[in-house]
Amino acid sequence: MSVEVVLSSHKRDAGRILLRCLSYLGPYWRLTAGAYLALLGGNALALAIPQFIRWIVDRGIGGQDVRLLGLSVLGLLGLTLLKGGLTFVQGQWTEVASQSVAYDLRNAIHRKLSDLSFSYHDRTETGQILSRAVQDVDRVRFVTGRAFLRLIDATILLLGTAAMMAQMNLPLALLALAAMPLLSYRAFQLGRVLRPLSLEIQQQLAVLTTRLEQNLRGARVVKAFAQEENEIARFDRENARWFDLSARSARLSAVNVPLLELIASASVVLIIWYGGLLVTQGRLTLGELVAFSTYLAQLVQPVRRLGMIIPALSIAAAAGERVFEILDAVSEVQETADAAPLPPVRGHVRFEHVSFAYFGRHRVLTDVTFEAVPGQVIALLGATGSGKSTIINLIPRFYDPTAGRITIDGYDIHRVTLNSLRDQIANVLQETTLFAASVRENIAFGRPDASEEEIIAAARAAQAHSFICEMPNGYDTRVGERGLTLSGGQRQRIAIARALLKDPRILILDDATSSVDTETEQLIQTALQRLMRGRTSFVIAQRLSTLRKADLIIILENGRIAARGTHAELLLTSGLYAEIYHYQLRPQGQTP
Amino acid sequence: MSFSIGASGTGIGPRRVMEGFGERVDGKAFDWRVVTRLLAYLRPHWQRMAAAFLLMLIASALTLVAPYLIKVAIDQSIAEGDTAGLARIALGLAAVFIGAYLTTAGQQYLLSWVGQRVLATLRTRLFRHLQALPLSYHDTHIVGVTISRVINDVAVINELLSEGLITLVGDVLVLAGVISVMLSMSLRLALLTFCVFPVVLLATYLFARRAQVAFRHTRARIAAVVGDLAEDISGMRVIQAFAQEDVTHERFDEVNQANRDAYIKAMSLSFVFLPSIEFLGMLATGIVLWFGGLAVARGELTLGVMVAFLAYVSRFFQPIQELSQLYTTMQAAMAGGERVLDLLDTRPEIADRPAAVEMPTIAGLVELRHVSFSYRGDTRVLHDVNLVIEPGQTVALVGPTGAGKTSIANLVARFYDVTEGAVLIDGLDVRQVTQHSLRRQMGLVPQEPFLFSGAIADNIRFGRPRAAARAMEEAARLANAHAFITALPDGYATEILEGGVNLSVGQRQLICIARAVLADPRILILDEATSSVDTVTEVLIQDALQRLLAGRTAMVIAHRLSTVRHADLICVVDGGRIVERGRHEELLARGGLYHALYERQFVDLVTT
Repeated sequence: MSVEVVLSSHKRDAGRILLRCLSYLGPYWRLTAGAYLALLGGNALALAIPQFIRWIVDRGIGGQDVRLLGLSVLGLLGLTLLKGGLTFVQGQWTEVASQSVAYDLRNAIHRKLSDLSFSYHDRTETGQILSRAVQDVDRVRFVTGRAFLRLIDATILLLGTAAMMAQMNLPLALLALAAMPLLSYRAFQLGRVLRPLSLEIQQQLAVLTTRLEQNLRGARVVKAFAQEENEIARFDRENARWFDLSARSARLSAVNVPLLELIASASVVLIIWYGGLLVTQGRLTLGELVAFSTYLAQLVQPVRRLGMIIPALSIAAAAGERVFEILDAVSEVQETADAAPLPPVRGHVRFEHVSFAYFGRHRVLTDVTFEAVPGQVIALLGATGSGKSTIINLIPRFYDPTAGRITIDGYDIHRVTLNSLRDQIANVLQETTLFAASVRENIAFGRPDASEEEIIAAARAAQAHSFICEMPNGYDTRVGERGLTLSGGQRQRIAIARALLKDPRILILDDATSSVDTETEQLIQTALQRLMRGRTSFVIAQRLSTLRKADLIIILENGRIAARGTHAELLLTSGLYAEIYHYQLRPQGQTP
Repeated sequence: MSFSIGASGTGIGPRRVMEGFGERVDGKAFDWRVVTRLLAYLRPHWQRMAAAFLLMLIASALTLVAPYLIKVAIDQSIAEGDTAGLARIALGLAAVFIGAYLTTAGQQYLLSWVGQRVLATLRTRLFRHLQALPLSYHDTHIVGVTISRVINDVAVINELLSEGLITLVGDVLVLAGVISVMLSMSLRLALLTFCVFPVVLLATYLFARRAQVAFRHTRARIAAVVGDLAEDISGMRVIQAFAQEDVTHERFDEVNQANRDAYIKAMSLSFVFLPSIEFLGMLATGIVLWFGGLAVARGELTLGVMVAFLAYVSRFFQPIQELSQLYTTMQAAMAGGERVLDLLDTRPEIADRPAAVEMPTIAGLVELRHVSFSYRGDTRVLHDVNLVIEPGQTVALVGPTGAGKTSIANLVARFYDVTEGAVLIDGLDVRQVTQHSLRRQMGLVPQEPFLFSGAIADNIRFGRPRAAARAMEEAARLANAHAFITALPDGYATEILEGGVNLSVGQRQLICIARAVLADPRILILDEATSSVDTVTEVLIQDALQRLLAGRTAMVIAHRLSTVRHADLICVVDGGRIVERGRHEELLARGGLYHALYERQFVDLVTT
């Protein structure tokens, strides 16, 4: 199993990744600032309330002032109400901001995926992307929202409590805070150990997702070869690895997180003992000691939170890294800075010394030069893997050539915008991908604004109208994943209708009718003949009828053009072509 | 139990079905059936759970002891100036904290361990179950949504089962402990404090009712995001080819936004609820201060008791807050649990019968008796098909697209069960034998050449993982794949990328053939096996296949009639029926549909 992510990257700076996560809060700075202000206000109240209680104990109860006691209790409730309001504002605004960050990140990933060229999608597994766009983004969201807020909250509460205590009784406060340096050291230490482990766990979860995804997509093959048990064993192996990593992380957390609390509790013991001594010596009032221990209780709370947040931060840094890896991926096919829209073309396509190597090492095309005059039909012929599909993938710039250039009407396709280029080209790709949507939506995919008449006309031309009408809900029948099961030929005809509706200047048909029966194919061929008129067409076809009609046949052998010409010319000049012709015709020789 | 609030808010949510993803957003807030079934997964770990529970009890008791010790320190040692006593109490306090640390750490480790273990078990269980489900399940379920169940939903259940359960029990115990301590310290003050309790119940009830619906929505929405994204990723090539990035993006933006809004809505409920509980907590504090203060002033109560009371009031509300947070976790887990159990409960339509026998070594007599078939009870695709294939024969199925050729092949491999009639192999109904023993002896080259991501060698070996390298290469040679594979930079070790995109469709077909060859099946099904292979290669493969098919029963589906003319029997399928059958020459002589098909191809080749 090839795993794309390089795990060595966890040496990268966690702080910088977290900062970048937080930078996504930028557009929501008002909400965020508001939430943090509410937090400050809430914290001020949280600090004031124990003081107030102390005051009530000392004056109201100690001073036997019933009216004061009543008023101050009411005041206390008022303060709490205010604090509640602030808590709501703080929670709600943070949630809106952080959910918006998740939303933005997912949108950015989606957008990035459509910007990235085929070669990226070729080598990236769906399970990997899914796991990053869902779980990892969620972890980043947590950091930009509650986690970071709580971190700030805890820090402020810690500092504020410390300040209050210091103001009440400095030596006692210093004693109470003595544990802090040790506490922060342990907290950082924990984060450092946990992050690489978290990254590994998330990586393993993505591997698991990918295994599952592959298994589901290949269900037919798994069953056909009775390999269920082997598949389960493989899944189990990855699952067991995930468990081992998770258990390790659980042990780390279980030992270290409560330890932080224990360190903080040490202060409580010291205060009760030393503070108690001070009271007996009359250097501290009982009310002060009570307030002090209230503050201490308040101190344990943020420490407990820190203990929860630090693992979350480690996980989020790892998650952020995985998310940014997608967002930072550079598309191998890019528009140049000065790219201009390609004006409506006539369809004059030239390949000039074009070479292409897959991933820079697997050479597929070598020095291919040819020309398609507007309106011509170019047929590509050659053995499996000789480079036919590659040639037609280069025209809409699904990939960029490694050497040489391609022009349309004299425009270097490298210098025009991708949208304006692809808008004028229609493909019927080798594998027909239909979306989980209605037949209508699938046909109108390239032109969502197409009218009903246009859609039906395209379906008719592709010989799809009649079988669509026979389906339970006609054009509204859902197809694709979880939709109606269509035969290969039916899928293909819907794909052809989709291409026809686009009314392109350049038409690319890749093995377009290989899984359609002869009768249907003839009907489609007739439709295509009509369609190809006046357009430049590139056709990969195995059938001689297509070859006969082609204006130019290009025979490829190991990525080079071995011969070119019309059917009649090639029969005379090319041994290879004659051989193919012979094989194709041989059965006919014996017909009655 | 104070936590019965959940049960009262049963399924008031709007019954809505999310269009396109079949995600239910209704359901019970607390379904005992779901819970008890999930709890069964904890049974194997009961010792660890019991230990964790015990540790948790000790930890909770210790947290109750701490304020009491502080009270003693204030009331007795400090008030009386007993420094030695104070030191003893300080030491005792330290011991309590250390004890709390040890028990908490132990309990947390045990719980996480059990939680992850259960999670892993559930995932394996689900995976195993998915393997048992027939193709009709896979036809009708979006891959991304199934993934979401196995990965995401299982994780939320885990949260409830491990930590949630213990927190629940622990919090209830702490609550009970706090209540009894308060009652014993001062009955009057305690009862006054508890006046707040009905209001807490009411607030929780109101919150629970809304939260239940809101949190279910979030589960459904995130599944929609996964589903949409998975769909777009697999269709990315088409999206780019048709320059539809913007439209697709808008659609994703919609689900994405719905997901965000659902979460914000659900969370904002908590943001109202939690401060309300906090306020009620402070109300209780106020009550203690007011009445306690008066009592202290009158000398009916010591200051120490009141201070301890204040501490206990805050301890009282902490578990209540935790419980209500747990409630949201429980909502998510309940929704997730239903979805997971739903999947586990999907009964395989095709399952081995209890009395199923092992298929003996197949001789190869395949028989279809009055077979009718429809996918999912829709329109019939096969009507009363009768067909006998003698051992070693090659039968070709030809006919227009959608005529039912692949369906016939699917029934022979028992990917689906017949609606009427029976499929027999060597006289045994395929429903009477185990699927594994049947398919082990079958080979399939599917219409769409699916390869797994991984090395080419592993893909060829898929049906016989332990095959020797020589045998594997031999199979590749026979399928005419050896030459192009060795020309690849890494040869047989070349990694096939997801969807096989780094190979041409023809090359993928050749690997699929090699895979079937290596599996050495007794019955071979070739479904358009060479449709994307060039003519020259195809002829070479045909020769190889002739050799391969010798002595095996084979079913060949093809459009190019040139590839089927040597078949022992050709069946012309049209409209779900076998309309003609015979050898090539016979059928041509008959002048029927086959003749017409043949004429068309012939005309296609020689004229124009």
